[in-house]
Amino acid sequence: MAEPDAVLELRGVTKKFPTHVAVDDVSFRVPRGELFALLGPSGCGKTTTLRMVAGFEQPTSGEIWLNGRRIEHLRPYQRNVTTVFQSYALFPHLTVQSNVEFGLRRHSIRETAGRVRKVLELVQLTGKESRYPAQLSGGEKQRVALARALVLEPDLLLLDEPLSALDPRLRKQVRAELKQLQKRIGITFLFVTHDQEEALSLSDQIAVVNRGRLEQVGTPREIYLKPRTRFVAGFLGAVNWINGVGVRPELTRATKDPPQPDLKWARGVVERTTFLGNVVQLEARLESGETAVAELPPGAEFRPGDRIHVCWNAADELPLVEDR
Amino acid sequence: MKRLRRLFLAPAWAVTGVLFLTPLAIIWVYSLLSRGAYGGVIWQATAENYQRLFDPLYGMILLRTFVMASAATFFCLLLGFPLALFISRAGRRKHLYLQLVILPFWTSFLVRTYAWIFLLRDTGLINTALLSLGVIREPLPLLYNDGAVLLGLVYGYLPFVVLPLYATLERLDPALLEAAADLGARPVTAITHVIVPLCAPGFLAAGLLVFIPCLGAFLTPDLLGGGKTVLAGNLIQNQFTTARDWPFGSAVSLLLMAIVMIILLVLLRRGERLV
Repeated sequence: MAEPDAVLELRGVTKKFPTHVAVDDVSFRVPRGELFALLGPSGCGKTTTLRMVAGFEQPTSGEIWLNGRRIEHLRPYQRNVTTVFQSYALFPHLTVQSNVEFGLRRHSIRETAGRVRKVLELVQLTGKESRYPAQLSGGEKQRVALARALVLEPDLLLLDEPLSALDPRLRKQVRAELKQLQKRIGITFLFVTHDQEEALSLSDQIAVVNRGRLEQVGTPREIYLKPRTRFVAGFLGAVNWINGVGVRPELTRATKDPPQPDLKWARGVVERTTFLGNVVQLEARLESGETAVAELPPGAEFRPGDRIHVCWNAADELPLVEDR
Repeated sequence: MKRLRRLFLAPAWAVTGVLFLTPLAIIWVYSLLSRGAYGGVIWQATAENYQRLFDPLYGMILLRTFVMASAATFFCLLLGFPLALFISRAGRRKHLYLQLVILPFWTSFLVRTYAWIFLLRDTGLINTALLSLGVIREPLPLLYNDGAVLLGLVYGYLPFVVLPLYATLERLDPALLEAAADLGARPVTAITHVIVPLCAPGFLAAGLLVFIPCLGAFLTPDLLGGGKTVLAGNLIQNQFTTARDWPFGSAVSLLLMAIVMIILLVLLRRGERLV
């Protein structure tokens, strides 16, 4: 049987808890070898979705397919899916070596030494085999968690907010390393994050989740440039809403003179300007009462009270398709 | 600040000093004196009480006591751990179950031990039921033997095991169990390879809470052992009552206490590494 091009597929998955519906009729496909992100605010159901794929929660209804097999009824230890937990959940009583070996032993794999050595090399932890988790830095713990999950060569690796426990300064570096690692080993990653910058920079595809429902699935470019809903547009970056039309601040201009005829515009008054080095951020109150932000070149000189025209290219308007 | 601290600690020190150290000192002094004919002591120093401890008879009693206490501890942990694990995962019902574990303390230990006699004796509930059902023809010898004493000790100290084990299990990060399952561990393997090792400090605390009182137990062996099962606790009790040999009773007490202290020191030093 040829392997399907999607490693994971969710069909109409719903999870109801006694007090609320956490995941509401969610369907999406994760193509083989991709880095796929579930992005949304906290409490939106993205982690519950991940936990259902791992097997820690059972869906109330719907189907979960892994490599062409239905798995939603299988226990976590029966699924060839492994997880990097948000808190890492390393076994504190075991060394790095034993933590990584844990899964191999559970699957009665005899030849553990070679595989452990290889995976520790992969995450650059050679030499730390006999350390205990308490003796490791945050970044090292994260890499042990990765090694422990990767050593089983899963069909799918799940990552629950993999970078959130790290020092912010370390995050960007680890983010780049994670992406390189994923491309090198070719294992499909499904990761959960609430950080839109993280999702945009890491993923091949992003599924945006809001209140248990899937808002949009697409490449980072697609969902940033062509958000289908107001929520997606606002969650991925700042938006100026002018007469019901959305424009990103970096595509919004301001002039004191009447704008060129091919631009769309609105009259307003400068409320404040903030010099940020690479850009000047200008906040204006429009005649309609709405607020608009424009990111201007650092040389731009405006003062509060200046009467201006806020203008933009019609082609840069966010093409919202629908609104729920 | 320091004076205030001393002031607040003073009552505790006073209670410990008067109610614990003073009797201890009296026992120590008595253990070095001669016995009075009708109990009490004669003020005549002697080391004889300690020399008698080397009699193999008393060595055997101490050995039996240790075997009995170890067995009781073992069975308490064996029965208490699954119960504690169950309660720790019972969700909203866990408080109800904890209350049930503590419930026996509302009744006197003496009364509860007598209740076991009514269950176990030849004309007791168990034997009567089995006889009338025709399962047995002769009553089973359930009472007045080592088994009955062990049963009584395990019954009496089971709550003392459940509570510390529960406290340890409660603190365990649930993600660790999910990680074990995620990596392919079946529930039993997750228990033996993750929960049990991580609960080692809890097992140590729970074990000590049973083992030490069992070493000194005298009520249970007296009532359920029918005087046939003499443990260290009975030996000490007898010296102060029927045998009327207070100095020797004092010496046995001190020996038992010394042994307990040594065990505690060794285990706690080990325990530090576990935690």
